[in-house]
Amino acid sequence: MAEAVTAPRFEMHGVRKTFGATVALDAVDLSVRAGEVCALVGQNGAGKSTLMATLAGALAPDAGLMRLDGAAYAPRNPLDARQAGVAMIYQELSLAPHLSVMENIVLGVEPARRGIVLRARMREIAVAALGELGHTDIAPETRVGDLPPAAQQLVEIARALAIGCRVLVLDEPTSSLGHADVAILFELIARLKARGLAIVYISHFIEEVKAVSDRFVVLRDGRNAGAGVTSTTPATDIVGLMVGRAFDEMYPRGTRTPGDPVLLLNDVVPGAATLALRRGEILGIAGLLGAGRTRLLRAIFGLEPVMRGAITVGAFSGPSTPPDRWRQGLGMLSEDRAGEGLALGLSVADNMTLTRLEPLGPAFTVVPSRQQAAAERWIDRLGIRCAHPRQTIGELSGGNQQKVAVARLLHHDVDVLVLDEPTRGIDVASKAQIYRLIDELVCGEPVTRGDGDASSVVDLHREKAGRPVPPVARLGSARASAKIAAAPEAPRGQGRKSVLLVSSYLPELLGVCDRIAVMSRGRLGPARPVEEWTEHSLLMEASGARAAS
Amino acid sequence: MDRALAVDGSVGRTGRVVTARRFLDERGVLVGLVVVALVFGALIGPQFFGAANLELMARQTVIVCVAALGMTMVIVSGGIDLSVGSIVALSTVVTALFLRHDGSPSGALVAALGAVAAGALCGVLNGVLVTQLRVVPFIVTLGTMLIVRGAAKGLSDERRLEAPITWLNDLLKTTQTGHGLLLPSGIWMTAALAVAVAFTLQYTRFGRHLFAIGSSERTARLCGVRINRSKIAVYTVAGALAALAGVMAFSRLSVGDPTVANGLELDVIAAVIIGGGSLLGGKGSVVGTIAGAAIMAVIQIGCSQQGLPNWVQQIVTGAIIVFAVGLDRWRTGTQG
Repeated sequence: MAEAVTAPRFEMHGVRKTFGATVALDAVDLSVRAGEVCALVGQNGAGKSTLMATLAGALAPDAGLMRLDGAAYAPRNPLDARQAGVAMIYQELSLAPHLSVMENIVLGVEPARRGIVLRARMREIAVAALGELGHTDIAPETRVGDLPPAAQQLVEIARALAIGCRVLVLDEPTSSLGHADVAILFELIARLKARGLAIVYISHFIEEVKAVSDRFVVLRDGRNAGAGVTSTTPATDIVGLMVGRAFDEMYPRGTRTPGDPVLLLNDVVPGAATLALRRGEILGIAGLLGAGRTRLLRAIFGLEPVMRGAITVGAFSGPSTPPDRWRQGLGMLSEDRAGEGLALGLSVADNMTLTRLEPLGPAFTVVPSRQQAAAERWIDRLGIRCAHPRQTIGELSGGNQQKVAVARLLHHDVDVLVLDEPTRGIDVASKAQIYRLIDELVCGEPVTRGDGDASSVVDLHREKAGRPVPPVARLGSARASAKIAAAPEAPRGQGRKSVLLVSSYLPELLGVCDRIAVMSRGRLGPARPVEEWTEHSLLMEASGARAAS
Repeated sequence: MDRALAVDGSVGRTGRVVTARRFLDERGVLVGLVVVALVFGALIGPQFFGAANLELMARQTVIVCVAALGMTMVIVSGGIDLSVGSIVALSTVVTALFLRHDGSPSGALVAALGAVAAGALCGVLNGVLVTQLRVVPFIVTLGTMLIVRGAAKGLSDERRLEAPITWLNDLLKTTQTGHGLLLPSGIWMTAALAVAVAFTLQYTRFGRHLFAIGSSERTARLCGVRINRSKIAVYTVAGALAALAGVMAFSRLSVGDPTVANGLELDVIAAVIIGGGSLLGGKGSVVGTIAGAAIMAVIQIGCSQQGLPNWVQQIVTGAIIVFAVGLDRWRTGTQG
């Protein structure tokens, strides 16, 4: 592959794309050689998606040119791009869940004679493609919907190979994978690289970029912000290029003084979980994908049945439904932002205020101007980038969508925030903002964005509604009739929240939590102070290695 | 805030862009209505827009409109109700049965209320089945469509039920012969209902919840919306409104007819869809629905006055439905 050193397999020069007045891409260059992994990094809204769509033939650039193995490449549509050998693996997999693995692999290019599909040949192709990936463990006859996400992703990559792709673009491929699967994926990428594929790897995770890529290209505001060799560039420099400024404090930590318990789990199944979440603390739950963390959270929130054990939220115990939980001052952020967390067809304001429309109008009504004002307040506070509170939320970038989902909890003014993967698939800057926000919430300090405004979260909320807000059954007031022991000296109304945080991103857990418990094979271990954990020990515990040894 | 706005373009806080799009959404179907009306106006002449003709169109479309108000809410919530045609038939039968018992003016009111209650009951049945059996609304209401039709036939002994003439028969009587109200009382009633339903959808918690359920049921559940309660309520309202449409139908027929309004549900659904409703839920408006119903009425009356046979009218209506939805998809991009 001597020629590969000089001639890129794929290159784009001066690509420009505008939507109305917005310049999405401005003179962007990108090149990948055969047998090379080029990481494409940038915040949401930096132009990565537009670049992807251009590459994939879904959008035609206004200016600039693209070359594939030296020949001009101007796909008219995604099919065209695929046939030219450019395959995309999107974050949301595009598989037919009801079809088998082999049917998916040959989908669109089924081997057939006179319209009759040759099943034996189809199987051969599938076995060959899976074999190339080193995954003969996946049976070609399996229904894709029955496979775990990691295996589904393999099937999608196998499909790309089956059509003979030369350039493989992976968009946030680890967003739905656990730790072990990420390692397998990286192994696979190394294998594909050795086969001479040119790979574009899009990710928010700098650690991943460091681990998997040879070179990196940074996009910022639709332009090339920098590029370099990954191995010789420190991670902080890459992040610096992405945000355009140095990133000194990713995980701020105010003074935290945990108070009395607000959420008690006593031997709760699913999860075999016993824990006490205290006011003003962040309790993290680590674990591998499929360890049952999400199920536990959903059971707490009333979305899944509790088989056994007792859950106490403030003064409330016994079975509860999601509406009950909201009224008790406990809100949940879903891990599945697009499918559950947000109604993508509705506006920002509707999504933000849905749990609590009561203060937004007299009687049973919702006054649009009030709803808008409520939403605008949080848009302003959290720096959510949207044209207007009435904008359809599906049009926002992932990071901004997630901030709306978080803002819902703030609008509702919950006391306990149950967050399931709150920073999955969002950009670094949004992550940093969410970390800061969470910290401020548990410390009881103002939610800063409007600088120098000293009013607290709670006060903001009251003032925003324009009239006294009918009281939600709060934990604080509930404490008066407390069934759980309450420290009377703990001041009420200080606005300190509590956070139960599930994350697969270990630096995040170690960065923001006060205590961390590990869930392994459906069982939650004891919560220990964050100082007692390291990434290594968390992983050991999560994979059950500690118990085995 | 200003910084955020600057990034995303030249949009002001007033939300001009959003209002403009909203306006376009509804203007799409209104433009369609104007175009269709102008085409027939040009073919037939100015008398097509005469007061008498406009009133005729309103009277023609009012039954579909009333039922479509309920259907709009159901479709916004992501459901569908195929039983409305049968409920209309049941409603005419129930009205007739009550009137045969008591044909006085107060008896007529009781008859109308009884019919509406019967329709609401059918709606409750729909809602309970949809939420408790977790069967998709299409199948549930396909079943209740047959059940309710059968019940109507059973109640009436499979005959048309003659009933005494009361004020109910004047609901859609023409005012062109000159009595007080500019339009028949039934049309005023429909207009008032339309305003009420539009208000409910846009400005009440129930309405916002319906949009949320239709847009993403899982999100609504996460957000503590009482989904089953809302669904039962929406099917109940839809049933009641369908029954009210049945009272209007009775007003015109002056008999209880268990075979009437066969296939009416499709006209009703078509009106909602032409008006911008999405069968995937989360979209739909009263203004759009009424314009959609009006488009169909204009085509129907225009074709018959132009002397075009029924089959032409059906082809045109069918083409309009497909065209309207296609246009909507094109305008909003790929999203449904």
